[in-house]
Amino acid sequence: MELYELTAHELSDLLREKKVGAVEITRSLLDRIEKVDAKVGSYITVCRDRAIEKAREVEGKIYRGEANSPLAGIPMAIKDNMCTEGVLTTCASRMLSNFIPPYDSTVVKKLNAEDVILLGKTNMDEFAMGSSTENSYFKRTKNPWDLERVPGGSSGGSAAAVAACEAVFALGSDTGGSIRQPASFCGVVGLKPTYGAVSRFGLVAFASSLDQIGPLAKDVTDCALAMNAIAGYDPLDSTSADMNYPDYTRSLVNDIKGIKIGIPKEYIGEGIHGEVKKAVLEAVETLRRLGAECEEFSLPITEYAIPAYYLISSAEASSNLARYDGIKYGYRAEKFTDLLDLYKQTRSEGFGAEVKRRIMLGTYALSSGYYDAYYKKALQVRTLIKQGFDQAFSKYDLVVGPTAPTTAFKIGEKADNPLEMYLEDIYTVSVNIAGLPGLVIPCGMDGNNLPIGLQLIGKAFDESTLLRVAYTFEQNTDFHKNRPRI
Amino acid sequence: MKITFEIIEHVADLARLNLTESEKQKLTSEMANIIGYVDKLNQLDTTNVPPTSHVKPISNIFREDVVKESFDREKILSNAPSRDNGCFKVPKVVE
Repeated sequence: MELYELTAHELSDLLREKKVGAVEITRSLLDRIEKVDAKVGSYITVCRDRAIEKAREVEGKIYRGEANSPLAGIPMAIKDNMCTEGVLTTCASRMLSNFIPPYDSTVVKKLNAEDVILLGKTNMDEFAMGSSTENSYFKRTKNPWDLERVPGGSSGGSAAAVAACEAVFALGSDTGGSIRQPASFCGVVGLKPTYGAVSRFGLVAFASSLDQIGPLAKDVTDCALAMNAIAGYDPLDSTSADMNYPDYTRSLVNDIKGIKIGIPKEYIGEGIHGEVKKAVLEAVETLRRLGAECEEFSLPITEYAIPAYYLISSAEASSNLARYDGIKYGYRAEKFTDLLDLYKQTRSEGFGAEVKRRIMLGTYALSSGYYDAYYKKALQVRTLIKQGFDQAFSKYDLVVGPTAPTTAFKIGEKADNPLEMYLEDIYTVSVNIAGLPGLVIPCGMDGNNLPIGLQLIGKAFDESTLLRVAYTFEQNTDFHKNRPRI
Repeated sequence: MKITFEIIEHVADLARLNLTESEKQKLTSEMANIIGYVDKLNQLDTTNVPPTSHVKPISNIFREDVVKESFDREKILSNAPSRDNGCFKVPKVVE
């Protein structure tokens, strides 16, 4: 085994026993990036010198017994929509192609306090809008399992980096499935925490009532370690939950006897690919064998989640992205006639096609005369979706289903049809609309040797049950050990 | 609702976007497609259903009004596309 192949908890044990140093681990990861990233394209920015310098510093701290975090000395990556002081943060957009934040996002600050090593910033769909990472201004990220396929999106760079062992773990963000769908496509563990559990301060806003930061990791244990580092109340985010956060590693228990699980019929009905359905139902069987009580139930509101999601998220995006005007930071057009034209020209040149499409949809949904018919209607449907889950959770501890209707699709396959791409998010958007936590773990491979991900949906702030069930599943199966050969 | 070329031009103006003729053409048909799809929501009766703009029932999160350290001016201006004398520089606004 090479160092870059190990999990964070395995590396942490080696570091603690002083069998290996943080610099050696960091070099192993950087060399791996050098070797495979030309093919995979996970990163927009690699911070080679900075990472080694930080590793030296942390190595000293570990040696002196001053670094006690299990993540100390672990090299990881961050999606390029989270601000990193002094390190380019582009959101994969021309608009921010030159933006060097003067501050750290709260998650980055928290990870620094744990002495992690930042390897670099990962590729994504521009402003996190997309499900394939094809909407990046800079490059396309390839799926490490098949370089002709997409890694999913929008956190495709983070998922590919973890799957290709170019980062031990990574952070992504999830507005409608952007952590979970790429985790499923790349065969890694991905967690979208409950809305409010992880601070959004310093996360470039897409849809503020839906966005949430979370980890992508090689296994459930690493996922829990990352959550311990990033979850918590932050006064700088007014939607942050002020409560006691648990030690998530306490959920790493191999026992799910008596846990009640509901499987929405609508998630395994029309539209799902046969092999995905088979793997998900087999995973449910495994959970039943391990002691969970599983039954199907109906969540009829499911088919309305996508239209509601695209209206709400685009409306919020059109408002959030109004700030990009070419004045204080970011791109500015060279040719313009007056101030208004400077705004318009800057925005027209700075945003890509998908971002413009969503701004247009959102502006339309919020505009005078259409507000009630679209935006308000979507918010009412949001209430119904939330009620659907409330009802489910009065009966079940957990809702389980697929993550996406298919496995990773070919690059370009859906690029010309925005609506078809939107339908990719059918099983994930409801979770954001209702503000719930969702965790994805590998549960099988299809005939093309592509990973399939099982999605677990929990009650608000009950990440502990998600982690416990995922951990039990993982301990009793081998899917998480599959790695792509590159 | 029918999406017309004129609606697209109006919305683009609201969104502060200069679109080319071909972009407008393309968006007219794409938006018509998307709006046609989201019209599906009208199948649901939402009379008396309150809208949820936010999953957490919170409003007006205040903090104490205390002076805290703010950013260094140079640091904030370091990303400015154009600057002059410690200020952001913009084209002439008032004639």
